[in-house]
Amino acid sequence: MSEKKNVLLVEHLTMQFGGVVALNDLSLHVDEGEIVALIGPNGAGKTTAFNCITGVYAPTNGKIDFQGDTIAEGHPTGRMKKQYAGENKDTYTKTISHTPDEITKRGIARTFQNIRLFGSQTVFDNVLVAKHMRAKQNPFTATFMLNHREEKRMRDETWQLLEEQNLQNYADWEASALPYGMQRRLEIARALATGPSMLCLDEPAAGMNPQETDELASFIEEIRDRYHLTILLIEHHMNLVMNISDRIYCIDFGRLISKGSPDAVASDPKVIEAYLGVQQED
Amino acid sequence: MKKKKVKTRNLVLTLIVLALVIAYLAFLQANSMQHSYAITIVERSCIYAVAAVSMNLIIGFTGQFSLGTAGFMCIGAYVTGILTIPVDMRDQIYYLYGMAPWLHDVHLPLGVALIIAFALCAGIAYLIGWPILRLKSDYLAIATLGFSEIVRAVFGWDGLGPITNASYGVSNIPAFTSIFECVAICAVCIVIMGLLIHSSYGRAFKAIRDDDVAAEAMGINLFRTKELSFVISSAFAGVAGGLLAVFMRSAVTSTFTVALTYNILLMVVLGGIGSVSGSIIGAFLVTGSQEWLRFLDKEYYWSDLFKNLAGTAFGGMKVPLLRNGFRMVIFSILLMVVVLFWNHGITGSKEVTWDRFAAFFAGRKRKKTAQEAKK
Repeated sequence: MSEKKNVLLVEHLTMQFGGVVALNDLSLHVDEGEIVALIGPNGAGKTTAFNCITGVYAPTNGKIDFQGDTIAEGHPTGRMKKQYAGENKDTYTKTISHTPDEITKRGIARTFQNIRLFGSQTVFDNVLVAKHMRAKQNPFTATFMLNHREEKRMRDETWQLLEEQNLQNYADWEASALPYGMQRRLEIARALATGPSMLCLDEPAAGMNPQETDELASFIEEIRDRYHLTILLIEHHMNLVMNISDRIYCIDFGRLISKGSPDAVASDPKVIEAYLGVQQED
Repeated sequence: MKKKKVKTRNLVLTLIVLALVIAYLAFLQANSMQHSYAITIVERSCIYAVAAVSMNLIIGFTGQFSLGTAGFMCIGAYVTGILTIPVDMRDQIYYLYGMAPWLHDVHLPLGVALIIAFALCAGIAYLIGWPILRLKSDYLAIATLGFSEIVRAVFGWDGLGPITNASYGVSNIPAFTSIFECVAICAVCIVIMGLLIHSSYGRAFKAIRDDDVAAEAMGINLFRTKELSFVISSAFAGVAGGLLAVFMRSAVTSTFTVALTYNILLMVVLGGIGSVSGSIIGAFLVTGSQEWLRFLDKEYYWSDLFKNLAGTAFGGMKVPLLRNGFRMVIFSILLMVVVLFWNHGITGSKEVTWDRFAAFFAGRKRKKTAQEAKK
């Protein structure tokens, strides 16, 4: 595994909101071509970790590297200096932060736990808008159609992507009119349209039945191979996670409690206590 | 094949409508003395249409509730006015303050003056957009509303008298040479905004409107895109203000009150938020209906309406309610009815296209045949 190129390296990531430490001292790494899962009970801090990686939050403490560049680094400042309840207080000294669009430009695309499509626009436009970022136009050339070649290329690429994702028959549909599973698919297609090297999927199987979940598993592996992606996913469905992930990180109450191969994590008593123990109750 | 046919049909229809519009304008222009009333309505509607489309760009397409339109129109109106009034009349207009010497002999043709108004408004919008576009919804509305009042106060300030003539305003601005000049400038402005909305940037605007978090995750820079929309919208509001000044032949701060912004907002909402054609229809409808309803402002006796009542006691009574100001009551009621029954505006958020017309009529035909089949 160590020969593979490292893509994402998260070091001692801590995120504190006021007095609440949502994420404490999380370290993880994702190598090229891997599918890595982040699991944990509700409220464990999975989505917070995602939001730090994709630039929605600036981490309170810790560092995130992507393809060798630091994309986020933080250390407790201001009021947080006194309040800080996490670890590694004095390890980091720099503050580096990027807005989500800059992170996306660097090649990390994401989907959302609760689907966030541009509901009133067509399926085609939903994907097409993701091409905006990489276009070389400026407002003047775009307005006066001097960039028609680029525009045509963007449209052709969008068509191609829709065909690859089997969405071409829905191109003219309003995104909000699609069935749920299709909306998930469209969200992934839209993320792919940004031309990412890493894809972050936030609970892609939420609300899906077992059959759809199986389809999703093969779909994720398929897109990884086709677009040469590295995938980090958050998931609740143990079936899906066990099937497709190369490695699993399990967090609970913001702390990493277990990591390793799917089998190792699944048999870890700490994971069973934190994660499966909850399931026994209901 | 079929697609091509539809395309040529649409093109032919568009050209026919365009020709009809030009013919109508030429007809008005040829008898301009006789039709001066119609000409003013058309010109005013066109100018408001530019303002409404520019407001729709920021509110309807980008989803940022900005109410600074009147402020930018005020800037545009003064810039255009000051630069186009004839040099030999300036001393007479600025008799109280005396026009600033560096400005005194600067006289520019209307087109250039409008471009300067455009650029100045764009620059000011860029500067104030920097702090205020971080605000959202209501807070942005309050901030822009405040800005527009500040503009009014600044232009009415005595200290700027040598430039703006303070509260006296700028008058004797040369009128449009013909109705075509006004309509053509308005058409160019609307077409440019329409093209921008149709481009990749327009799609980015709509993405921000629909879901700013997702838009940002798709690599759209929120601030820069909002700023672009705000700058373009404000700049065209400035042009609309300039045109309004030429239309009214004067620029006075009292024209550009918050009420003007609301009036334009009304056109946007009535026409359809997020639809360029809707805003144009809204502008013509609001401006036109305010004129058409003017008969309600007159007082009548029953005998005026029904000739055979003349001389009777009833005929000598006044018709109730009809008096000065009643027009606005009816106008408000009509508005409420429209908003209640077409709560997405007349066109909704979609553009009016020939295909939509065709679908509408085809749908009606289908309904009819279906009903007949049932019978």
